[in-house]
Formats: sequence, C-alpha cells, structure tokens
Amino acid sequence: MSAHRRGFRFGATGLALAALLLSATACGGTTRENSGDDSGAGNQANGAANPDAQLKEGLKIAFLPKQVNNPYFTVSDNGGKTAVTEIKGEFKEVGPSEASASSQVSYINTLSQQGMDVIVTSANDPNAICGALNQAKAAGAKIVTFDSDTKPECRQIFVNQVTAEGIAENQVKLISTQIGGAGEIAILSATANATNQNAWIELMKKELAKPEYSKIKLVTVAYGNDDDQKSFQETQGLLQSYPNLKGIISPTTVGVAAAARYLSGSQYKGKVKLTGLGTPNQMRQYVKDGTVDAFALWNPADLGYLAAYAGAALASGQITGAEGEKFTAGKLGEYTVGTDGVVVLGPPTVFDKNNIDQFDF
Amino acid sequence: MAHDSLYAAPPSAGTDTEQTAGRLTGLRAAFGSWDAAVVAALVLAVLVAGVSVQNFATGRNVQFLLLDLVPLALLALPMTLIVVTGEIDLSVASTVGLCSTLMGQLWLSSGLSLELICVLVVLLGGVLGAVNGLFVTGFGLPSLAVTIGTLALYRGLSFVVLGDQAVADFPASWTAAAVRNIPGTPIPAAVLPVLLLALVFGVVLHATTTGRALYAMGNNDQAATFAGVSVARTKFWLFVASGAVCGLVGVFWTLRYASARGDNATGLELTVVTAVLLGGVSIFGGRGALLGVVAGVLLLGVLRNALQLADVDANALTIVTGALLIASVVLPNAVADLRARLHRRRQRANPVAP
Amino acid sequence: MSLTDTGTPDDLAGRRSSGDDRRRPGFTERLLAVRELSLLLALGALVLVTTLRNDRFLSGQSVKDLLLGCAILVILAVGQTLVIVTRNVDLSVGSILGLVAFCTGSLFLAAPGLPWPVALLLGVALGALCGAVNGGLIAVAKVPALVITLGTLYAFRGIDYYWAAGRQINAADMPRSFLRLGNQTVLGVPVLFLIAVVVVAVVGYYLRAYRGGRELYAIGSEPAAARLSGIPVGRRVFAVFVASGALAGLAGVLYAARFGTLDAAAGTGLELQVVAAAVVGGVAIFGGSGSAYGAALGAVLLTTIGSSLAVLRIDPFWQQAVVGALILAAIGLDRLLALRTAARLRGRSARGA
Repeated sequence: MSAHRRGFRFGATGLALAALLLSATACGGTTRENSGDDSGAGNQANGAANPDAQLKEGLKIAFLPKQVNNPYFTVSDNGGKTAVTEIKGEFKEVGPSEASASSQVSYINTLSQQGMDVIVTSANDPNAICGALNQAKAAGAKIVTFDSDTKPECRQIFVNQVTAEGIAENQVKLISTQIGGAGEIAILSATANATNQNAWIELMKKELAKPEYSKIKLVTVAYGNDDDQKSFQETQGLLQSYPNLKGIISPTTVGVAAAARYLSGSQYKGKVKLTGLGTPNQMRQYVKDGTVDAFALWNPADLGYLAAYAGAALASGQITGAEGEKFTAGKLGEYTVGTDGVVVLGPPTVFDKNNIDQFDF
Repeated sequence: MAHDSLYAAPPSAGTDTEQTAGRLTGLRAAFGSWDAAVVAALVLAVLVAGVSVQNFATGRNVQFLLLDLVPLALLALPMTLIVVTGEIDLSVASTVGLCSTLMGQLWLSSGLSLELICVLVVLLGGVLGAVNGLFVTGFGLPSLAVTIGTLALYRGLSFVVLGDQAVADFPASWTAAAVRNIPGTPIPAAVLPVLLLALVFGVVLHATTTGRALYAMGNNDQAATFAGVSVARTKFWLFVASGAVCGLVGVFWTLRYASARGDNATGLELTVVTAVLLGGVSIFGGRGALLGVVAGVLLLGVLRNALQLADVDANALTIVTGALLIASVVLPNAVADLRARLHRRRQRANPVAP
Repeated sequence: MSLTDTGTPDDLAGRRSSGDDRRRPGFTERLLAVRELSLLLALGALVLVTTLRNDRFLSGQSVKDLLLGCAILVILAVGQTLVIVTRNVDLSVGSILGLVAFCTGSLFLAAPGLPWPVALLLGVALGALCGAVNGGLIAVAKVPALVITLGTLYAFRGIDYYWAAGRQINAADMPRSFLRLGNQTVLGVPVLFLIAVVVVAVVGYYLRAYRGGRELYAIGSEPAAARLSGIPVGRRVFAVFVASGALAGLAGVLYAARFGTLDAAAGTGLELQVVAAAVVGGVAIFGGSGSAYGAALGAVLLTTIGSSLAVLRIDPFWQQAVVGALILAAIGLDRLLALRTAARLRGRSARGA
C-alpha cells in the first residue's frame, strides 16, 4: 500500500538524484590524466646535520611494527629496545593486532599525540600511512621505517635489511649449489604486491640470466599470501604441476617454513631442495632432519637495533637523512646514509646445520 | 516466532505467555533507560579520559578520534534500521572493501573523472546491497546466512578486482579534503555528511510511518503484513540503502587512506554490530533508537582512543570490544530478569494488591 | 514484482514445510540423501576436471595431502552441525582453536616430557570450558548465540594474543611423537583424517539414532514445541555448546600437531569456512535439519576447491569468492527444495482430503 508507493518513490528519487549528479559531473571533472598529482616531492632533508652532535638522552622512541603478534617483529623490536636502553632513552612498542594499514594510522596519530621524538615503523601499505606520518613529522617527530618502506617523502630514513641485489645473489647461489647447478626451480613468494618480494624476484630473474646459471630454469612464481596454510597448499600445487621441479626458493619466513613442513612429510623430502629466508627457530627441525640444507636471513634484532640508532641520530641532529651522512650504531659500527635516505644493514647470514644452534630467534 | 531469521535463543520470548509478559515490561523499562545509560556512560568516559589520560582532551585528538569514527558511524546508521526489522547485514565491511577496489580500478583504467567515479561507486554499493535484499526478500532466505555468504563473496571479489595491488595515485587535493577540518574547528569536515545522514535516518526511523512499520516488522512480520506494510519491499530498500552507504564509506576510506586495496575495512562488520547492540538495539528486532546507537559509536571510539593513548595493549582492546558486546546484551536481560523477580516477590508478599 | 509476491507468506510456508518434514522422516532422509549424493557428485566432478588438467592430482601423495588438509575443518564442521541443528550458531570456534593450539604448544614448552595423550585431553577440556562459557552466557542472557559467540570470538582471541604476547612456538619445542601424530599415516591414510572420520561417525550416529540427538532436531525445528513436549531445551543447548567447544579444542590440538609452528593468530577467520562447510553440506541455517555426514562432505568439498585452484593455477584470489558463491547457492538450493517439498505435501494432503 502506502509503503509500496513510498518504496517506489524512494527509489525513483534516488535514481533521479543519481542521474542529476551524473550529468553534473560527467563533464569537466578530475580525471587521472589531468589530476597532475606531483607527489614526488623527494626526501626533504632540511636543516644542516651536525655530525659531531652527541646522542641525546631521554629520547622517546616508539616502535610500531606491522602487527604486534608477529614473532619476527617481536625480535626486531627487542633489538630496538636494547639500543634504546643503551642510549638511555624511553622505549615503547605499540601496534595493531592485525596487519592493516588503517589501524596503523590510528596508532601513528596516538604516538604523535603523545609527543614521541622518534617513530620507528614498518609500513603495511606504502601510501596509506603517509598522511599520518607527515602529520606526525609536522608535529616534531622523526620518522624511521624498517623492513617495509613507505614512499620516501614520508620518512627520513629507511633501514633496509639487505639490498635487494644481496638477497637475489644469495638466494640464487644457495639454490644453485643445492641442486647441482641445473634443473627447474620455482619461487614461493608472499603476496603479489609485496614491494620487496617483487623487487627480489625481478633481481633473481636477472641473476639467473647470468651464464653460470644457464642450466637453471625458473618455471613459475607462486604466492602463499604469507599465510601458513595457503603456502602449504601452494607448495603442494607446485610439486603436482611441475613434476621435474628440483628446487624451491621461498624468500619469506612464513612460506619457507610451510614449504619445509610440506616437504618433510612428503615423498619429496631431500629430493626437492628448498631454500629461502627463514628464522633459525622455525627451520631448525627441517635443517636437522635433512629437508633443508641451508637458508638465509638477516638478523631481525640487529635490524631493530640499527633502526633505533638511526632514529636517535636523527633526533639528536647528527644526521638529517641526506645522502652521504654518517652515524655510529653502537655495536654494529658506522653506517652511511645512501640515496633516498636508505641505510643498509648488511649481507644476509646463511644458516646451515653447522651454525644454526648458535642463533635463537 | 517473529525472529526466526536470526538465531532465537532457545527459551525465546513468546513461548509461555505469562512469564513473558512480565519479562517484556521489565525489558521495556530496561531499554527505555538504556539510551540514557549509554549516553551517561559516554559522558563519564569522556570526563574520566579527559582528566586521567594525557593528551586526550586536545583539539588534535578530537580530530583523530572523529576521523576514525566516520566509517563506523556511517555504517551503523542503516544497520540500526536493518536490525530493528529483525534482520542483519554482515556483509557491510566486505561491501566497503569491494567498493574501494572498484573505485581504484575505475580510477586506474577507466579514464572517468573522479567525481563520476564516486557517484558510480555509491550506486554500485547500492547494487551490491540489492543483491542481499533480493536474496533475503525475494527468495525468503535468512539474512544472516545470505550476508555471511556475501561477506565471503564480496571480499573475494574485491581481491579479484585489484589482486593484492593497491591503487594509490589519487589526486592530493582529494585525499587532503577527506581529512580536512571545518575551518576554525578541530572537527573534520567529513563529520558533516555523517550528521546529515544521521538526521535523515533518525527522521525516517522515529518520525515517519515507515519507521513505525520497521518496528512493527521487528516485532512481528505477520502483524506488519496484515497492517498493510509491504515487509519485503521495505526490507529490500533497507539493504539497498545499506549498500549505498557502504559505497560512500568505500569512497571515504579510499580517499582518507589514499589507498584502494582489497583488504580495506576487513573485520569492521563486527565493530558495527557491536556499536549497534551497545546502542541498545535489540538483536531480536523491534526495539532501539538511533540516538543510543550514535552514543554507542562514540562510546566505542572514546574508549579505544583513550585506552590507546594510555598505552593499553592492542590485545586488551580486542578483549574490551568482545566484553562490551557481551555486556551490552547480557546486562539489559539480567537487569530485566532481576526486576521481574523482584516484582513477583513483591506481588507474592502482598497478595491483595490495592 | 516477485519481490512482494514471495516474502512473508512463503516464508511461513517454507518453515511449515520443515515442520512437515519432521513428521515424515522418510521424506527428509531422502532429501538429505539427495543432498549428500549431489555433494559427492560435485566433489567427483571437481576432482575429475582437476585430474584431467593435471593427472598428479589423484596421485597418492596428493590424496594424502587432501585428506590431511580437510581433517581439521571436518571436525569443526561436525561440531558446528550440532549447534546449527538446534537453531544456534557458534562463531567462536576459530578463536577456541587458536587458544587451545597455543595452549598445547606452551604446555609442551613448560613440561617437555608430557605424553601427548595428556595434552590432547587437556586441550579438549579447555575447549569444552570455552564452550561452557558460551553456553552459560547464552543461558543467562537469553540472547541469540550469534551475538554471544561474536563477543567470545573477540574475547577468546584477545586472551590468546595477550597470552602469546608475540611469541611463537616452533616445531622444535614439541615432542616428536606429538608432531608425528600430525603427519603419520596408517595404510596410507593420515591419522588426522582417521580421527576426523571417527568424530563424524560418532556424532552422525548420535544425531541419527539416539533420543538426545533427535531431540536436538526437535529443538531446532520449534523450540517452544520442544519445551512443551518435555525436552530440557536449556540443558541440551548448553551441552551442544560444550560439545562444539570440545571439538574445537580437539581441532586445536591437532592443528598444533600438524602445523608445528604456532602463533596466536592460528585459526583466524576459520569460523566463516566452518559455517560455510556446514551450510554447503546441507545443514539448514535456521535449524532442524542436516546431518554430520553432509557437513563433513561440505568441508571436504571446500578443502578440495582450495587445493584444486592451486593445482589448476587459478588466481587464488577467486577462492574466497567461490566460497561465498557456494554458500549462497547452497542456501538457495535448500530453499528451493523446501518449497518444492511443501508444494508436493500440500498437493498430497489436498488429494487425501
């Protein structure tokens, strides 16, 4: 009855309104071509650095990882804590319980509200947290990213765990030695848009094009979404799709552990080689039972340690994030800021059954 | 049994009449004051946080707090109306995600103007809502099951649209506008459309015959039908409205975070339902007011913000959200039960009532 | 328009039809058998298509992987069936699984020499305790299980996170005998799958043949009528939640054994798959009908879809969309069948009169 008609009217009004809006906006709006968005403002390193400045005491340094329940970040944040204690600062670790960019924004706002001197973060999305970081920067905080970068203009320093070239060289060399320099290999990656993963994969392809690896053929790249079960299933799928597969590279801690677990319980154990980036604690069992010969990783504790020192150096005025500046990071020694404010931790460590017991992370 | 579309508790109301009558009056009394209780809790939370939590009562913090609440507040509006009719829409967060990725994909590859894209996305949201509405009213399926299905479907599709890529090159003027304040105040301009929509939904719910019909449906579908209200049609349009609002939130979310990606707003549906129930809307339908829901949204936001500022662990926040949800449904019933019991005892004490 | 034509009146008819089904068990069972048969057919078609594209899909290793992969989901889906049949739902199973899995890991960390059956029992007990919290709250609050278990979904997960505090438990921390449980096979069949089969058989038989089991269907069909006919509705529903929690606890222990690497996020979002498996398996979401066997088949089907998408090299992003579409298709199909049945029964009684 009346509700019928009202429903109709409601709908009709909505449609009419939409049509009006459509016609009003169809001509002369903001399109991708004419938006002229010049976001590449570059890394603003304003003010002069004073290389002789002392590290200030009592700096408030906050670590904001991708998520607080990730063991990898627990280790790196603890490295940061060690550094902050050394320089007599105040350490704090906060973060969302699930890895999402939007909840990171809310934490960045909170930290800037609390008047932190340094925010050390690992970005869930290179763009989504930029606005909040810039606001925090405007409020006086120094921004350091580690592990996963944002756009360069949103932070002063990015502490890179290794260079992408270093990873690619290391991984290709490891798999080549293990499979005897010839055969089909596959890559099990994290997610299809993980910036660092894609950069590494590209460089691995370049590396494989070198003459010494000419007998190795990369057949596919699979994505396990950094999800244990998914990575497990993808490994299974790889071995079924490519019966001649000799080796798998999984440059992600979740992927390599899942792949190792699959291989260790399957007929392919020891026959299909696996290497990648994994933590010694996760991989210890598979190295000892012969599923995995050797794998690599940087030390996440050192990564957090270096990031904390870089933040302290920024806040003390030792550096501004410009290329060529130098600072000392406690026990790790001296580091130089590279292009775009990138500081590189160093080459990855290779773990095998001889040295794995010396590491606990 | 008017609320079969939701999970009725086994000792559901309307079984043994005598006891129920007592409980219903008790419930009504409890719910009548529930709005007031939520508002009071909100005021108390703001006062306590303002005094005891450093940096809480500042203009900047107000801005952060309100900006974080815009999506939640928007989604809670149509959800209130839907829950009042005894249905539920669990697909809202996935719809937001799909709208966000559609916006990204359109911006990336269609060459349309952003103004047009925003309108299209809101309309697409309406279409996604209409799918829910069609399944619920057209095929007569329980909304809970349907929207759990579309929750998975829309989230899956949003990953299909953009994969794991993110589209982020929206014009800076637009993304800045999404977080800009009303000049001279610490209040984000995005709050204005929320207020406007709250007004519209409030008027529809509380001051029109359609609104009264919504309550009637929540209390008893059949009675509403006999009273001449087209239950199916009204519910259908409610789901469409919910979808369109999701589209709007999708646009806001994308611009605010300058990033269209498949996992945007994941899990938000639980917070929305929590806010609505906290606001005193009965999950059985038929009861609740928009004022209470707005207060519930603000209360959730203030609590989270204050706890975050006080360095409370993110995991504790998860527990708080769950506990609030449980408390908001257990408390009114427990109070009503207690009252009914007291009432009965009093009756027994003086059998000859004046 | 069809929007107004169907709607409430048919809604009632649909519900009445499920009531009629109850009175004609032969008919219901035939319907269910049709459902289980069609699930088997779908499963067969899926395996066939995948195998045609890649013949290794049916190799021993692959089948073993599949059975291993579905065991946990099967157990959870069977627990969910018990709950859904009574017109309730338990959304907290994923969180209970996570909590119990982490607890099992920590238990081995604290007492390395612990024999695994003890850990198994403790895990099941913890799960049952969580289930009792759910059941107790539902009994006290007299509100839909949906709301309560949505709340405990947060709460249990929060406790899990809080407790784990970012720690991770690794395979090396757990005894080998326990981990072997996760990967061992008997005559080529994974132990995990055998456990799942036992659970399915026990619950399936209980639901079908025991008075208590039949009463659950009565409760789900019409709680008021069930109470009037003397069924202790409150106690039964409480028991059902305890059972669902205990099964989630069992699944949690098995999860720990299978995956070896545990952090607090284990099982996040699993509840959706579990409900999907039950619904796809023909368990009516509004209670009163469905079988444990159907739910188990639903779980197997969902897992197989996951594996075959990986084998077929189809963009994995489609997987979730497929799950959603399947849920919609399944409830739509149920609806259609119910309407048909109702029409046929109406026709019959008209002829009889």
